[in-house]
Amino acid sequence: MDDFLQTLMTAVSVGSLYALIALGYTMVYGVLKFINFAHSDVVVLGAWFSFTLATWFLPQMGIDPAAAPWWAACGVLFFAMLACGGVGFLIERLAYRPLRRAPRLNVLITAIGVSLLLQNVGQLQFDLGAGLRLPFGTQPQGMPRLVPDVALNDAAVARGVAGEGGSSSTLVLEHPAVLESGRSYRAVVYRDNGAVERARITSSTGTYGAGAVMSLGSSLTRPPDGSVYVIRRLARVPIAMIDVVIVVTAGGLMVLLNLLVYRSKLGMAMRAVSFNTDTAALMGIPVDRVISFTFVLGAMLAAAAGFLYAIKYTTLQQPAHAGWVLLGLKAFVAAVVGGIGNIQGAVLGGFLIAFIEQFGAVYVSSDLRDISVFAVLILVLLVRPTGVLGSPSCEKV
Amino acid sequence: MDDSNNLAPTRSAVLRNVTLPVAGAVALGLLMQLVVGPASGPYATRLMLDVGVAIIAAVSLNIINGYTGQFSVGHAAFIAAGGYVAGSFTYYCSLLWWGEYAKHGGFLGMGEWLFFCSCLLGGFGAAALGWLVGLPSLRLRGDYLAIVTLGFGEILRVLLQNTNRQIFDAEQLRDATWRQLVPPPLGGAQGFSDVPKYTNLFWMYLMVAVTLFVAVRLKISSTGRAFLSIREDEIAAEAMGVDITRLKVRAFIVAAFFAGIAGGLFAHQSGTVIRPIDAGFQRSFEIVIMVVLGGLGSISGVTLAAVILTLLPALLLDFAQYRMILYALLLILLMIFRPQGLLGVKELWDFARPWRRGGTRT
Repeated sequence: MDDFLQTLMTAVSVGSLYALIALGYTMVYGVLKFINFAHSDVVVLGAWFSFTLATWFLPQMGIDPAAAPWWAACGVLFFAMLACGGVGFLIERLAYRPLRRAPRLNVLITAIGVSLLLQNVGQLQFDLGAGLRLPFGTQPQGMPRLVPDVALNDAAVARGVAGEGGSSSTLVLEHPAVLESGRSYRAVVYRDNGAVERARITSSTGTYGAGAVMSLGSSLTRPPDGSVYVIRRLARVPIAMIDVVIVVTAGGLMVLLNLLVYRSKLGMAMRAVSFNTDTAALMGIPVDRVISFTFVLGAMLAAAAGFLYAIKYTTLQQPAHAGWVLLGLKAFVAAVVGGIGNIQGAVLGGFLIAFIEQFGAVYVSSDLRDISVFAVLILVLLVRPTGVLGSPSCEKV
Repeated sequence: MDDSNNLAPTRSAVLRNVTLPVAGAVALGLLMQLVVGPASGPYATRLMLDVGVAIIAAVSLNIINGYTGQFSVGHAAFIAAGGYVAGSFTYYCSLLWWGEYAKHGGFLGMGEWLFFCSCLLGGFGAAALGWLVGLPSLRLRGDYLAIVTLGFGEILRVLLQNTNRQIFDAEQLRDATWRQLVPPPLGGAQGFSDVPKYTNLFWMYLMVAVTLFVAVRLKISSTGRAFLSIREDEIAAEAMGVDITRLKVRAFIVAAFFAGIAGGLFAHQSGTVIRPIDAGFQRSFEIVIMVVLGGLGSISGVTLAAVILTLLPALLLDFAQYRMILYALLLILLMIFRPQGLLGVKELWDFARPWRRGGTRT
């Protein structure tokens, strides 16, 4: 049961990432009828822009990325989305617009070209002075966690001020505490300067009185005398803060997108262009501007997904790494499975793919998780090529 | 009209269609092996081998992407499949028969004939895979098909990563339990190494010549014209009685066969370890770039592009970082300013004899 709930949680969180990326694929397909192969690279850009902002820009502003306030994280997200929106605009303007009337195959090849270009430009690195290095180089980097690594359903079992005599790997209790068997405990130590440190408690289970010494699994940077501590019992199925942040952010963006597409004039224009470009143009809709806007929107959602991915997994692979491409492919599969061109379909597909992948990995075989996704794709395409929610299209001769 | 008589090949037809080309291919192979190779040194020989693999790969992909107009980005999967089948066949047969995996026999010796057979086997293995991949293409077009071929490549890569460890010893191979043999011992993520180094300029350019010949003859055959008609307009082709389904699958099978042979030659090259990543999409993209640059459908153009794009990195070693950027820009600019590639559907010889329009013009 614990396994099941844990997998469910991961699937929901990963699914919302897939859904965010799939939305970009599906919107571009909606208006231009081609697969934007470069979309997954915009996700990578989003992740790496977030990295640059978090590790260079935040320190410049005097904020420690390890203890960043929540609005700093929001700022990183916002500027990463803005930068990727700009990149999305440029891609459409420079590479795809000249091909508006070209055969779809040519646009597809161009998209592959753009994807290769972004990947390989991203692998370069120049020193721009003041410690700023752009683009991103060929080494994996550690992304600072902008969201604290805590679970929302941990229970605090004891708190107080650490007593005299504690070392960097021990903690002297002020009040008694009970450690139940079969559970894990963690000490959270709050410093005067606002920094927070966490360490697993490795003492054996039992009842500890005031003044007892708890041993910690890892060393703290400074002996904790006088700092405030909390001992938390870790939940069996932790609801990680990061997963909640991902689901809430992604959900919020999806609601906004939905409002934009179905409740605004611009959204109506997008739907009109998607329905029939030529007729939309005749009706006075500025088709080029709407397509540009769609690209920018898709790129911004991709950037948000990249940011969330970066703070969830914290290890950023180099821009051309196969892992990124696989992420993009899975999101694309999600878009196709849900019915490409259909916004609800992309979200549904994102969750569907994540569920199949995560539950398949846990209950069938983790080695074959990537296969299951593509097997689903091929199956869906063979049985219902328009996807679950897609409407069948017929071609006039 | 007596059709049965026309179907029986006349002596001159056999001479023209089989004997002469094979003789030509053997002559080219011997020339490369005995004259060009020794004259140009080991580094150039190595480059020429790479060029050969690239030519076979690109020309065969051209059959799917260029002639038939289907967009496959999974060609590396066929190459890797052929490489794995051929490489493991030679390797394990050598272990069983000769007790060691070193090269056996000299030029045109027993070992080389085993190598030849395993390359053919690799071709058939890849062709079987091509049949499998061709099946969904019955229902899919353009970008969907691209994604499915990509997906097949990735599936193959993951499957290869989960194969058993390679067996390095003849004794162990004889005593191997079924657990060591299923899934097949292809080296897993480390790749399959120590394949005997049989590939030389003779076999490489023999195969290059055969591939080019088949590609040229295919293009001007009725099957080739049917391929081209599918590419131009699927619905119109169907209306004219072209069996689209069967021909698309056939294009995949033929192309995969030659890709498998390219893979076999690649696997037996000195200094290569075939890895699961060879089936991945990055290698596929490189081949697609060759085909697009050369001109979708133009055999000579694609060959030229394969030569250029294989030699370019060797010349641009100092700019290795910028090579892929250059390729990507080339691809984008080409699509914007010259979408038909360097030569389009034309061949080099169409330019040499402008008064004689070939039957392949569309």
